[in-house]
Amino acid sequence: MTDAVLVQHAQAGGLAAFEELVTRYERRVYSLAYRMLANAHDAEDVTQQTFISAVEHLPEFRGEASFYTWLMRIASHAGLKIIRKRQGLPTESLEIPHPEFIATWKESPARLAQQHETGQLIETALGELDEKHRLVFLLRDVEGLSVKETAEATGLTEANVKVRLLRARLQLREKLTEAFGDPATRIWPHAHA
Amino acid sequence: MKCEDMLALLNEYVDGEIDPAICAEFEKHMAGCNPCQVVVDNIRQTITLYKNGQPYALPAQFQDRLHSALRQRWRTTHSNPAS
Repeated sequence: MTDAVLVQHAQAGGLAAFEELVTRYERRVYSLAYRMLANAHDAEDVTQQTFISAVEHLPEFRGEASFYTWLMRIASHAGLKIIRKRQGLPTESLEIPHPEFIATWKESPARLAQQHETGQLIETALGELDEKHRLVFLLRDVEGLSVKETAEATGLTEANVKVRLLRARLQLREKLTEAFGDPATRIWPHAHA
Repeated sequence: MKCEDMLALLNEYVDGEIDPAICAEFEKHMAGCNPCQVVVDNIRQTITLYKNGQPYALPAQFQDRLHSALRQRWRTTHSNPAS
């Protein structure tokens, strides 16, 4: 059954339909929250808040965005509230980092994904990003939201989303290429006329 | 097109949202600049690696608590409709 049909049933009072939607997306919401906040307790809070909010605001959901995008928006807002309560957002640099370590990867992403160490490496690299950069990358590249949807979920302008996305991609590229790149193929950037 | 210009357009190129005329310039630059080509490949591989990752499983006890809380909230919400 499609999400749209389940939402219809849920809006008509069908708890089973709503629970099916929860089961479909609880892992993705939890993963987003966990990666945003790097803390299981906070991730559980955000996940619960997200779905409670969905219960309460389901009558208002009109289907302009997908149900999944709507959940991502709620989860992002809840996560950002927690981030703001922490030490206060550090000043983020919006400079574009220049690639330093440039090399072809030893293996394809599909093969790397099968290796045990890869999961830990990619989560560590993600955790080293500034929180807003991380969230933009998670929403846009991992969860597949559009730039516009990402902007709405994060309260950023579309232009800021694009800059933060570029920084996140370049920083992750740098870290992952240091780990997965073949040093024998390392290339040095050269100046152009 | 210089490497600096390439960096600024990287998102649009990787996402397939780049103006066709600029795309042609971008690809012409890459044909003569191996570092830039490799950086673009690395970015694509990076995105693929994260996109294809498995979501985390919910801790079992939390999953039970979550569903129980949601059922409770559902019953409350549906027996006391907002006026």
